[in-house]
Amino acid sequence: MSVRTLASSKETTFDGGPLPLAPTRRPFGVWFKDKGWRHVVGIVTTIFAVFPLLYVLSAALDSNGTLVGSNGLFSRFDTGNFVALFSDPTRPFGRWFVNTLVIGTVTSAATVFLGAMAAYAFSRMRFKGRRMGLLTLLLLQMFPQLLAVVAIFLLLSGISQVIPALGLGSQLGLIMVYLGGALGVNTYLMYGFFNTVPQSLDEAAKIDGASHVQIFFGIILRLVTPILAVVGLLAFIGISSEFVIASVVLTDPDSQTLAVGLYSYVAQQRSENWGVFAAGAVIAAIPVMALFLFLQKYIVSGLTAGSVKG
Amino acid sequence: MPKPDLRELPATQGQPTPEQPVSSGARPGSGARPAAKPARHPDSLKGTILKVVLLGLVDAFAVYVLMMLFLSQSWAALAVSSLVVLAINWIYLRKGGLPAKYLAPGVLFLLVFQVLVVVFSGYIAFTNYGDGHNSTKDDAISAIQLTAQKRVPDSPAYKASVLTKGNGFYLLFTDPSGKAQLGSSEDPLTEVPEAGKDSTGKANSLPGYETLKFQEIVANQQDILKITVPVSDDPADGTLRTADGSTAYQFKPALNYDAATDTFTDTETGTEYRDNGKGAFADANGETLATGWKIDVGMDNFARAFTDPSLRGPLLGVILWTFTFSIASVALTFVMGLFLAITFNREDLRGKKAYRILMILPYAFPAFLSGLVWSGILNPEFGWLNQTLLGGANIGWLTDPVLAKISVLVVNVWLGFPYMFLVCTGALQSLPSEIDEAARMDGASAWRVFRSIKLPLLLVSVAPLLISSFAFNFNNFNVIYMLTGGGPRFADTDRDIGSTDILITLVYKVAFGQGTGRDYGLASALAIIIFIIVATISAISFKQTKALEDVN
Repeated sequence: MSVRTLASSKETTFDGGPLPLAPTRRPFGVWFKDKGWRHVVGIVTTIFAVFPLLYVLSAALDSNGTLVGSNGLFSRFDTGNFVALFSDPTRPFGRWFVNTLVIGTVTSAATVFLGAMAAYAFSRMRFKGRRMGLLTLLLLQMFPQLLAVVAIFLLLSGISQVIPALGLGSQLGLIMVYLGGALGVNTYLMYGFFNTVPQSLDEAAKIDGASHVQIFFGIILRLVTPILAVVGLLAFIGISSEFVIASVVLTDPDSQTLAVGLYSYVAQQRSENWGVFAAGAVIAAIPVMALFLFLQKYIVSGLTAGSVKG
Repeated sequence: MPKPDLRELPATQGQPTPEQPVSSGARPGSGARPAAKPARHPDSLKGTILKVVLLGLVDAFAVYVLMMLFLSQSWAALAVSSLVVLAINWIYLRKGGLPAKYLAPGVLFLLVFQVLVVVFSGYIAFTNYGDGHNSTKDDAISAIQLTAQKRVPDSPAYKASVLTKGNGFYLLFTDPSGKAQLGSSEDPLTEVPEAGKDSTGKANSLPGYETLKFQEIVANQQDILKITVPVSDDPADGTLRTADGSTAYQFKPALNYDAATDTFTDTETGTEYRDNGKGAFADANGETLATGWKIDVGMDNFARAFTDPSLRGPLLGVILWTFTFSIASVALTFVMGLFLAITFNREDLRGKKAYRILMILPYAFPAFLSGLVWSGILNPEFGWLNQTLLGGANIGWLTDPVLAKISVLVVNVWLGFPYMFLVCTGALQSLPSEIDEAARMDGASAWRVFRSIKLPLLLVSVAPLLISSFAFNFNNFNVIYMLTGGGPRFADTDRDIGSTDILITLVYKVAFGQGTGRDYGLASALAIIIFIIVATISAISFKQTKALEDVN
């Protein structure tokens, strides 16, 4: 690794001694100039990054409940807020959680599938309008769906009158709206990755008599699993945080998602429900964060792959 | 995990037995077919059956939709949907056209929920669609008759009970002659002889319905007050309403509609209201009735955005702040992310991994929660920052216009720096190290190497991301709406617009906000303006980055 050679060559110039013993022998000033300040930066940034999360965790564990009461960090420990969270029938937190999981999972799975099919076509086939298609996708994704929220609302309220199951208030309708953004940036990310899988693989399989379906499901999709995981996860995180369209489409508390529901908790009386809201926030955040940290290697490589290709 | 051995596929495929991975790794179940049979048509029987079943399901659903469209007499939608169904079948039933088969599903959703809604937004921007203007003129006329009602003088009192079924409320009336009738806001009165009666002869129960107790009536007071039961299908006949859940009176329209002259006349004052050509009925003084209908208004909404005094000033402020916010957010997060990336770009730094994981936690935390959590920390009265850290100071972090803007930026940096940190780390590590070493040999200082060599190279790969980050922040709804709600409010307008509002939160509030009413037309016009701004800037800057790429 290039970085390692650079760093170690620098160290030997500082004191000339053998590398393994170097850190303990150097005077503090030299150590600080080389590495110590990095730790200072690291600690300060870490506090900035982590403090709000500790704060919300502490508020969640303190059943005192109000914003004022949650100022002393970790002064009390109890689960009163969590009990309250699950026992309020007008704010069905459990339902919100399940709704978010269902909507997020279905949408991200479908997004990955639709995006992968499109990326396969763009990467492996040559057809008229291919370049135009790719450019159009790039252009369209500049218009974020939330800008068209009024039109989406009116379109769905129109659909409600014909097929109520797909209209306003329907989670299926919301999923369909989200799928409108399934192509676009996702296809781009996958297209770049698909291109790294050698064409000769498909050709060999084709000679063997494999159909395009078999090539797609049997070869390509398995080789591009990392990018599928990244796109799926990013879609899931994005959708579980999506507030604007969900708040407009899902009107009934029983059908709402965490973003809409938890917002309603603190929308009017920010101070009163603070503890219970914090408990909800912790439960809402933990699965997403766990998934993120678990898959962060993939995410980082996916992001940087995208960054290099643009 | 199937991944590791599949990774080796590229190595094996050059060898003379490539059929191995295909037959074993392909779709489950397809292994029954002999692997090497090149001359056969590639579609297996199983695949064909699956295709027929899937297409059948889609078609079945399509037929259902078409039937519903037919029943609701939406001819235009019916025609378009039929064409779509035909196109789908054509794509999947014909032999060739493989790309279309893979592109069609995604493109279909894209066309309906991205392209169509954009076009639809454009259309709405040219109408007066919104509160009080959301339907046809005929609907508006019956709505006016229904809402503008007065109690009929000396009308008899009906006894009433409140019933529920499902989520709906129903009123059960006993008229003076003892006849029981049931109705709700949607269903006109119908006689229900099977209703159960109490000792005074008042009908109070009905099979299949639940009767509300007094406490429940009190609890649902608002909903019960809203129930207006039409006496018949003709709105001119009036309605029955109850104020207390136990007695009801008949109400009749206070405004009479005359179809011949197309005017409403107030039954008491005699004032005449005529169609004012702007989608509403107005009297001679220009006073309009609350309910109007949808008409096309041309460029009115766009003109209003820049001329209406209650909108012009605030809108200008919002546009300026939107640019400040998105540019500052990108710049601050990028500088911080890059600085951290350089700081931690050392293989031998102890605890590097721990720092990295802790630092990307904000990125993993759901974005909608971040704003809310920070709003608690920064709350001027009860927040942690003022109460604990500053010992009870009363600093308006979210209520002072300038401090609120700073708070928004700080929170957005908190949200965004981990992303830039990750991206910059990746980009830094992909830079060739020889350049660095060569420059140092020539005696360049570390800063000089960074400024003249690393940064330009880094920018080539990161610039497109900075542009998309700008576009993202331009419409970064969550952080603004959850943290400050756009506040503090501007003093010089009666609209719900404040110092930290960006364009997208403004659109949302204009369209769905409380207080000033919903104005879909204006909101769509603003959305179109945003789109034009973002598209222009993106196009220009993408061109600029093309120039950057030539450096490489």
